[in-house]
Formats: sequence, structure tokens, C-alpha cells
Amino acid sequence: MNVKKQLREGLLTNNPVLVQLLGMCSTMAISTTLFNGIGMGISVIIILTCSNIVISLLRRLIPGQIRIACYIVVIAAFVTIVDLVLQAYLPSLSESLGVFIPLIVVNCIILGRAEAFASKHGVAESALDGIFQGLGYTLVLLILSIFRELFGNGTFGGGILGPDGAGIRIIPEGYPALLLILPVGGFLTCGCLIALMQYLLRKQAEKKGAEKE
Amino acid sequence: MNFTSLVSISLGAILIQNFIFSQFLGICPFMGVSKKMDTALGMGIAVTFVMGIASVVCWLVNTWLLVPLGLTYMQTVAYILVIAALVQFVEMFLKKSIPSLYQALGIYLPLITTNCAVLGVVLLNTQNNYNFLESVVYGITGGLGFLVAILLFASVRERLDVTGDAPKSFEGFPIALMSAGLLALAFMGFSGLKVF
Repeated sequence: MNVKKQLREGLLTNNPVLVQLLGMCSTMAISTTLFNGIGMGISVIIILTCSNIVISLLRRLIPGQIRIACYIVVIAAFVTIVDLVLQAYLPSLSESLGVFIPLIVVNCIILGRAEAFASKHGVAESALDGIFQGLGYTLVLLILSIFRELFGNGTFGGGILGPDGAGIRIIPEGYPALLLILPVGGFLTCGCLIALMQYLLRKQAEKKGAEKE
Repeated sequence: MNFTSLVSISLGAILIQNFIFSQFLGICPFMGVSKKMDTALGMGIAVTFVMGIASVVCWLVNTWLLVPLGLTYMQTVAYILVIAALVQFVEMFLKKSIPSLYQALGIYLPLITTNCAVLGVVLLNTQNNYNFLESVVYGITGGLGFLVAILLFASVRERLDVTGDAPKSFEGFPIALMSAGLLALAFMGFSGLKVF
């Protein structure tokens, strides 16, 4: 078991959003405030880790032909648990994430990791994979939501910090580019972030190639 | 039955609150299956079809099964099972009776199960307390909105591949996201549209 390698893969070289290009819908839709980003990230980490553990435990019992349906039922059960807990203890978060909490069921990251990793590896490795891939997803959400909130709304930490939880105002009202908070901003910022990632990965590959020569 | 409310739901689902461009539902198939016009068309039609039927079945399941039994907390699980069964059923039906369409859709058909637009539309139906007719109309027009979006985007993307002079880091997925963003910007023009 190689913890460091798994961590590196989850956060950078095999990041679920930036490299595997999974789970785009929720990434772009909810990354408008810091609170949303953290809430969604933690929910996904919990669900991904739990479903990875259970699926890894059941991997010898689930028949191959109906495995996808079995995975979805396991995932849906954990999503329902998280959904109900959020509704009970954090109603404001549950409201602002709206339909995207139950939609974690069909988030390709979770099904993708179940199929590509948990169904082939042991319990401990699968649990670690869940945590690290979840962290990679959360990292992207944090970058996008901090950027979009700061330049689109002019605040930092909306939903948790500042007066009435409206966030700390950094750019005065009237100046921020509202466009970034709107869906268009989601597409543009996410596209730029993936381009940056491709640039970094290419540079790294070139460097490795140069070292070999 | 209020006719204007149905018109406003349809216009909303197709143009103003387009599933792709303003609600971010169904981005994965939208990005994955939009490289060619004909596959995009097939995917759009299949999604519209499944969204329509899923709206009907899930409304029935919710009103006659989950609510009377007090099982509404099982909604997500029940809906995803209904959708998975439905997609399987549609697949078998097409294979038997319209093999040409089945051939054309190929692998995209089973993938509809994990399309968040389908689960999204039934969850939104429940959330908005739509009645039976409204749910059906929202399901079908939401699917049509997806069809319009994916067709527009596929035609842009076909040209994008031909010219191919994007900056190196932007090649492939990022430039596609950027063009989708510009399309979303165009769709924002519809947000001023008010029905009655």
C-alpha cells in the first residue's frame, strides 16, 4: 500500500475533476460561495469513502452483470443519509445546495471510483482512495468557489464569515464581475483551470523527458 | 388545467432555464457525446424519451406509493431504481422492435441511467410540487432543451476540430468548455423572456 502515491494521484496527477474530467455538473453548479464548496466537498468525501468501503467489502459477492445497479443502490443509501443529516442540522446549506445533494447519486466520480478502484482493491486501500479522491474534488471546489466568489461577488467566505454570514467584502459593491457567479462563469473558470492543469502536466512530462536524455 | 402555466413551464425548460446552460444538469453526456452531430442527435432523442417516461413513472410512484406509505425519505433511492429499470426496459424494447434506432444509440443508452438531467428532472418535479400534467410537460420539454443544447454544441465542436488552432494547453476539453460557456452566455439572453 502506497499512501503517498495515492494522495498525490488524488490531489494532482489523477485529480477526479481536472484530469479524469468526472463530476463536472456539481463542480460548476455549486462553486459560487466558499460555504457551498466546503459543504459539498465534505459530503462527497464522506459518501465516497463509505461507498468505497462497502463496495470493496462486497466485491466478491456482487455478480458481475448487475454490479452497476448494486453500486447505485449502495451509493443512494449513503446519499440519503447525508441528505437527511444536512436537512436536520444544516438547513441553510441543504437549501443552497438544493437538488445537487440527492444528485450525488449520479455523480460520476463516485460510480467511477467504485467501478475503477473499489471493485478491484482491498478495504483499506479503497477507503484511502475515497478520502484522497474526495480531497482532490474538494480542492478544485475550493479553488473555483473562492475565485468565483471573490471576483464575481466581491466577498470571501460567504455563508460562514462576516455579518449575517454574507461574507467579508473585499471588492466594493458595483465593481465585481457578476458574470463569474452566473453559469457562464462556471464554464469559463473551470475551462481555464483544466487548461492550467494540462499546462502543468505537459511541463512536467517535458522535464522528465529532458532528464532522461 | 391552466394552459399558460404549461406554456411557461415549456419555455422555461427549453430556453430560460435550459438544463445544460443554466442548471448544470447533464454536463457529462453533453461533453462526452457532442463530438459528432449524428450521435448528438441520437443521444438527445434518447434522453428526451427517457426523461418523459421517467417523469410519468416517478410521479406515479411518488404519489401512489411513497407518499401514502410515508416513505418519502426513500425518494432518491426509489427514483434511481425506477430510472435504472426504465432504461433497461427501453433498451430491451428498442432492441426487439426498432433495431435500427437501437444500433444508432449503442453504448449511450445504458449511460442515460447516470445522466443527472434525468434524476434532476424527477427530483425537481417533486420539489416544485408539479401535478401530473406539469411533470410530464416539464420532463419532455426539459429533454428537448437538452436536445437543442447538445445539437448546437455539436455543430460548434465539429468546426472547432477542423480549425484546431487553439492554444496548446487549451486543446481538447478546456476549449470545449470555453465554447460551452460562450453558448451559455448566448442563452442568458433568454433570461429576460417573461411569459404572460
